[in-house]
Parts: sequence; structure tokens; C-alpha cells
Amino acid sequence: KERTNVVRVHMPEADPNVRNKSNIEVNKGLTLEMAVSESSRCLDCVVPTCVSGCPVGTNIPKFVKYIESGDILGAAKVLKENNSLPAICGRVCPQEIQCEAQCVYVKKLSKEGSAIGYLERFAADYERESGNSSIPELASPNGIKMAVIGSGPAGLTVAGELAKFGYDVTVFEALHDLGGVLKYGIPEFRLPKDIVDFEINTIKQMGVKFITNFIVGKTASINDLKNEGFKAFFVASGAGLPNFMNIPGENFNGIQSANEFLTRVNLMNGADANFDTPVHTGKNVVIVGGGNTAMDSVRTAKRMGAERAMIVYRRSQEEMPARAEEVKHAIEEGIEFINLASPIEYFANVNGMVTKMRVQKMQLGEPDASGRRRPQPIEGSEYDIDVDSVIIAVGVSPNPIIQQSMPDLEVTKWNTIKVDENMMTSIPGLFAGGDIVRGGATVILAMGDGRKAAQGMHKYINETILAEV
Amino acid sequence: MFKIVKKEFLSENVARLVIEAPYIAKSRKAGNFIILRIDKNGERIPLTIADADMEQGTITVIVQRVGVSSHKLCAMNAGEMLLDVVGPLGTATHIAKIGTVLCAGGGVGVAPLFPIVQAMKLAGNRVITVIAARTKDLVILEDEMRAYSDELIIMTDDGSLGTKGLVTQGMEEVIQREKVNEAVVIGPAVMMKFAALTTKKYNIPTVASLNTIMVDGTGMCGACRVSVGGKTEFVCVSGPEFDAHKVNFDEMLNRLKAYKTKEAEGYRDYLKSLEATPALV
Ligand SMILES: Cc1cc2nc3c(=O)[nH]c(=O)nc-3n(C[C@H](O)[C@H](O)[C@H](O)COP(=O)(O)OP(=O)(O)OC[C@H]3O[C@@H](n4cnc5c(N)ncnc54)[C@H](O)[C@@H]3O)c2cc1C
Ligand SMILES: Cc1cc2nc3c(=O)[nH]c(=O)nc-3n(C[C@H](O)[C@H](O)[C@H](O)COP(=O)(O)OP(=O)(O)OC[C@H]3O[C@@H](n4cnc5c(N)ncnc54)[C@H](O)[C@@H]3O)c2cc1C
Ligand code: SF4
Ligand code: SF4
Ligand code: FES
Ligand SMILES: [Mg+2]
Repeated sequence: KERTNVVRVHMPEADPNVRNKSNIEVNKGLTLEMAVSESSRCLDCVVPTCVSGCPVGTNIPKFVKYIESGDILGAAKVLKENNSLPAICGRVCPQEIQCEAQCVYVKKLSKEGSAIGYLERFAADYERESGNSSIPELASPNGIKMAVIGSGPAGLTVAGELAKFGYDVTVFEALHDLGGVLKYGIPEFRLPKDIVDFEINTIKQMGVKFITNFIVGKTASINDLKNEGFKAFFVASGAGLPNFMNIPGENFNGIQSANEFLTRVNLMNGADANFDTPVHTGKNVVIVGGGNTAMDSVRTAKRMGAERAMIVYRRSQEEMPARAEEVKHAIEEGIEFINLASPIEYFANVNGMVTKMRVQKMQLGEPDASGRRRPQPIEGSEYDIDVDSVIIAVGVSPNPIIQQSMPDLEVTKWNTIKVDENMMTSIPGLFAGGDIVRGGATVILAMGDGRKAAQGMHKYINETILAEV
Repeated sequence: MFKIVKKEFLSENVARLVIEAPYIAKSRKAGNFIILRIDKNGERIPLTIADADMEQGTITVIVQRVGVSSHKLCAMNAGEMLLDVVGPLGTATHIAKIGTVLCAGGGVGVAPLFPIVQAMKLAGNRVITVIAARTKDLVILEDEMRAYSDELIIMTDDGSLGTKGLVTQGMEEVIQREKVNEAVVIGPAVMMKFAALTTKKYNIPTVASLNTIMVDGTGMCGACRVSVGGKTEFVCVSGPEFDAHKVNFDEMLNRLKAYKTKEAEGYRDYLKSLEATPALV
């Protein structure tokens, strides 16, 4: 009973008016006292419903109870049993709709759920800062070569899991840096790059090899890699292809995709004068969209000096796909929300640089297939907004390179790759997971796929290659 | 890291670099390009693969000094390392036995044209090549082009080599003289625009290789987008070659200016920093 009376911990945050001018991390992390107090709320349920909300099946009560007892390194070890990237998930998982939404506090007691994400982050950070990071136990090397295509969360997870089974794993990455969206997309103030590198380093220490600047399907084909001795493949090429709206004026200068903007800033350090990559931003910046990508872009634009950093979103705040916490942080940082509006045309000056966007007001009609109410244009409601920079964040499509290089590979009508219950594609020995299978989804779903695929690949090797000898 | 094994200047502002990149040397085809990054502060810049040697495991790029990154690249020497090289990117040129192919290149566009001339010739076509430059000293790859062309026409603005006049005049002379089945045009965007207008008059199917601004080169950012036949296309994955008669060159010309001010400032600051440390020049 006493446990249920403890108040849920509040995450300490950097001052909105300081952080919106710098890249410091917004969430500062719990103190040991906070973490222990929060962990005491957990009831160590006989049937821990929270676990069913976690795509990688983290043993939540077990790690939380380690924190309560003060054995934080023990907690971190539990996390790593199922999750090779806990410091990342603790920061970016949509916990409020996953594990925490299934917590008995929410389901039965009508209280705020156990702060599982904060505790996960705390344990992972504590371990990293202690300098006593553990490396998961590895089976003895079996010498069988496995290839992973893409170094985002799905690829990293498969690589770590296969290494645990004893495989000789190589990850091929198209870009010059590792981490996929974790590096080029999600900004420093939400996910510090050092932390991503630290977690990748742990996987390196497990014996996984990484080759950057290598595009499978271009630099070498899957068949070439087979000839080099790779026995099974995992495609985790992500959903990196940005969508545009195909409205007049969209190709004027000053209008870019969120991926271009975030890549120039995050991957290329374009906002730093010591780096050669230029990046365009402005005083009046509009981001079109309402997802995490839109929030990351608008908050980045604000940090780069925008006077008005605006979201233009065609539904209302309630329907926004972005995490509630990101929207809250954005509002605190002075982001303007222009909801129920959608751009219909852009205008430029004589130099072809965007100066104005025309938007049309929307109203919500009947629910669509996603269950959200469908926005409908209001005739005659058009008005103009002065802009000098526009960032389009209206979703992404699957990366097409692997599909183009393998005409036999079965894909859906959205060009995502089809997989079976073991995450195997229509081509034996070729597995896939993450955004390339789901379309733009989440880090933890990509990791869940990775775990499942690693099991599937292990099974495949046992049934084919090892069965033959 | 990718080692530069050879470097030479072809003209005052154009350098040829041979780079160790065995996988790319093996898989590249005519029309493909690479993206490279010189060092950790560098930007990603696209360059066409002008040639490759599978046995040596090397590729050749030809780069024109126009700004910070190309300047740094032109200043590098054999033995030095490039941090990143990725490729081959883009879809390869459609090479087939077509008949008579007119290949026209302007400025440093002559470099990307060379592997196409070579492949078209090896596929059994009659290849007529027109290359253009402002003046004699800026004409590049003359011997290489001659080796793979049935006829080589050189055009210079000042008449110091070949015929005085523009690339389009050279093209038109050929078109009026004989049946041309296909044209390939590569060069500065303005040159391609007018070359395309020229062949359009005669209804000759024409391919242009577009050099839009790129970042990743894998379809991830959309920086390279252009309108082709009214539809937005990503040059790095669907191109770089498109039906020249459908490309919106005016839009492309505008998009090439997207970062003009920042690039000019960056180059000015860079040149100033070189003056401050003369040893680096
Ligand atoms: C700005 C932004 C913010 C986000 N915020 C959140 C968040 O807060 N929480 C959350 O859970 N999710 C978030 N997401 C979504 C999440 O990042 C993705 O769902 C997740 O990264 C998908 O992982 P993945 O491994 O499938 O692919 P990716 O992370 O996209 O990685 C794919 C990798 O494969 C490489 N690649 C592609 N093709 C090839 C090839 N042929 N050969 C070699 N390499 C190749 C790519 O270069 C890339 O590095 C966000 C996404 C974005 C863009
Ligand atoms: C598919 C393709 C193939 C190319 N092949 C060659 C080649 O074989 N030889 C060659 O000399 N050049 C080639 N280019 C152009 C070359 O990439 C640019 O000249 C170079 O990036 C300029 O960089 P900079 O920093 O020196 O100049 P900057 O001063 O930064 O830019 C000068 C101009 O170059 C263009 N440019 C700038 N950044 C980029 C970028 N990231 N991507 C593309 N264009 C840019 C812009 O129009 C800019 O105004 C090619 C471009 C493409 C897209
Ligand atoms: S990985 Fe994500 S969903 Fe699973 S327990 Fe951690 S925060 Fe919750
Ligand atoms: S459901 Fe909530 S209270 Fe129960 S074990 Fe999970 S986190 Fe603890
Ligand atoms: S260069 Fe990024 S999509 Fe083409
Ligand atoms: Mg530059």
C-alpha cells in the first residue's frame, strides 16, 4: 500500500530558455535518490503486464528491483539480457504508449505508470559512467560469417545477438558513420552522439566488424558477399526516403526535407563553422508535419536562431504522432503550433528563394483507416505565412536500393520487404527487419525485429548449413 | 581510408586523381559516380567515375576547382588518404548498339562523358564526340576521346583550338550532315539546357547527366531533386541520367544556387586561411 502512495518522479530538465539556444541534453537524468524512490513504486507484480508492452520483453520488475536494492550495475546487466541499446531506448522509446501504458498503475489503479523508461536510462547511464560496463556473455566462435546491411537499431541488435551465438558478424553501412537514424536523424539535445557511439562500441567489443562506405547492392551485391563466404543476411536498410507533397513551388530553394536538414546538422555538423557542409535555416521557419521528425526539426531550427519556429500540421494536437513529451518540450521552448492547416503552394523571390507559403485551414471529419479523424480542407480559408525556410516532415518511404538490386525479392505495394514469422524474406537465408519491413516505425520495434531475426537466422543456419555437416 | 595513388593536373584548375577503391573499381559502370569526403570536417561531394582499373583496384576521378572541397582535393597528392569514398552510385548509362551516337561535353563535363564514349564505342556504335572549352589550355582528355571516337570535334570560345564557337554549333553541324540516333550531353547546366534545345529541334532522343547538389547519394535527403516531365525525381538514385527533353533545367539551375552565398563566404575564408599559412599553398 505504501508503495502506491509514492509520487512518480519528475525528470529534471534543462531550462527551456537556455536549452533552446544550445545543444545540451534536455532531460538531465534522475539522481540515485530519485531512481531508488521511483523503483520503490514498482509492485513486482506476479504477472508483470508491463513486460507485454515492451517489444523486446525486458524483464522490467527484475531490473527495477535491482535499482531499489542499490545494485545499479546488476540492473544494467538485466537490461542487456534483452536490449543491447538501453541508454538509447531509455531516452527515445515511446514508453508512455508501450511498457508504461501496460503497467498495473495505469491499468488498475488509475495512477501514473512506473517510470520504466527513466529508470532504464538511469541504470544504463550509471553503468556507462561507472567505467565498469559489462560485455554480454558470448558463445565460443563458430566461424560462420553473417552479414548485416545497415547499422541502425535493427542492424545493431541483430549484430549483437548473432555475436552472442558465436557468429562472425560484419555490418555494412552505406554512410560514413554508424547508427542510422540515431546518428543522422535524432538530434544531440535528445540523444547525445557519444552515447550512441558508446553502445556501438560495446557491440564492437563483442567482436562485430563494421564496414562503412559500403552500399550492399551497389558496392557489392548480396551474391558477391555470398561468394566471400557469408551464409545468411539481415537487411536493415531503413525507411530513409523522404516524402514530398508535390505541390507547386516545392522545389524552390529554402525548402528541404527534414532528412536533409537533420543530416546536414547532425551527421555533417553543418551548423559548426569549422565544418565544410552548408546548411540553410532562417528567421521564419515552418516545419510541415506532426511526428517526431517534425519536432526534432523545429526544435533544431529554433536552436539555430529562428525567431519564429513553427509547426504546420493538418490535424489537431491530439492526433499528433510525435511523443507527448516532445510536443511538451517544444511548447516550452517557444515553438508555435499552427494546427489544422496544410500548405498548398509556395512562392519565391527573384532569386528562387522561398518567401511565402499558402496554407489552407482544415477541419476533422470521419476517422480514417488509422482511426484518426481525417482532415478535410475548408474552401476559401487560404492564407499566407511569411517564411524564409521550410522543412518537409510528412513521412518517409522504404529505402529502395536492396529491392532494386534483387528483382526476385517479394515486396509489398509500399515497397517494404515481406517477411515470414522468422523475419525471413522470400529468399532463403535473407532476413529483414526494422523500418524496411514496417515503414517508418520506432527504434524499439526495429530492435524487437532484430532479436527475432537473430533467432530465425540461428535456426536457419542450424537447419541448413550445420545439418549438412 | 582510401589512398590517392596518382595525381596530375590536366589544366590549370582541373586535376585527375587515381584512388584505391577495389570494390568500386570492380562494380562500377559507365555513368556511375562516387561520393567522397576528404577529412572529418569535410563535406560529401559527388564526382563521376571517369575511368577504373579492375586489376589495380583503382578508380579515376577528374575534378575541377570551384570551391572549398574541390580546391582541397586538387591540392592533395599521391600517397595521401581520403577519409571516405562510397559508390558506385546512380544508375548506369543505358549502353546498346544504337547506330550513331553524338556525345557532347562542356568544361569538366568532358570527364563524365569519357566512360560513356568508351562504352558506346565498345558496344559497336559510330561515336561522334564534340568537346568544348573556353580556350585551348582548358581542353581536357583530347587524346582519350580521340581513341574511342570515330570523329572528335573540338570547339573553343576563342578559336585557340579546333573550331571557334559553342558546343551547340559543333553539334548542329553534325546533325545537319548525318543521321544521329541518340545524343548524350554532359556539362554545366546551362550548356545542357541549350544542347537539349538543339537536339529537340531535330527530334533526336537525348540523355543528359545531371549534377545537382547532393548529400548522401542514397535517396535519403532529397537535396538532389529535380523535375523531369513534371515529376520530382531524386537524381542520385533515379539518375543521374534523364531524358534531356523532359528535364526542367531552369529549376535545376536555380537549385544549384541554393547555398551560393555560404559557399562563396566559405571559399573566401578558406583562401584567406591559406594566405595566413603560406606553407600550405
Ligand atoms: C528525426 C527522427 C526522429 C525519430 N525519433 C524517434 C523516437 O523518438 N523514438 C523512436 O522510437 N523512434 C524514432 N524515430 C524512428 C526510428 O529512428 C526508426 O524507426 C529506426 O531508426 C529504424 O531503425 P532501422 O534499423 O530499421 O533503420 P535506420 O535507423 O533507418 O538505419 C538504416 C541504416 O541502413 C543504411 N543502409 C540503407 N541501405 C543500405 C545498403 N544498401 N547497404 C548498407 N547500408 C544501408 C542506412 O544508411 C542507415 O544507416 C525517429 C526517426 C527520425 C527520422
Ligand atoms: C552526379 C554528379 C557528378 C559530378 N561529377 C563531377 C566530376 O566528375 N568532376 C567535377 O569536377 N565535378 C563533378 N560534380 C560537381 C561537384 O560535385 C561539385 O563541383 C563540387 O561538389 C563542388 O564543391 P566545392 O566545395 O568545391 O564548391 P562549392 O563552392 O561548395 O560549390 C560550387 C558549386 O558546386 C555545386 N555543389 C556544391 N556542393 C555540392 C554537392 N554537395 N553536390 C553537388 N554539387 C555541389 C553547387 O552548384 C555550388 O554552387 C558532379 C556532381 C554530381 C551531382
Ligand atoms: S525498451 Fe522501451 S518499451 Fe521496453 S522497457 Fe525499455 S522503455 Fe519500455
Ligand atoms: S506492471 Fe508496473 S508495477 Fe507491475 S511489475 Fe511492471 S512496472 Fe512494476
Ligand atoms: S543526394 Fe540525398 S537523396 Fe539524392
Ligand atoms: Mg562546398
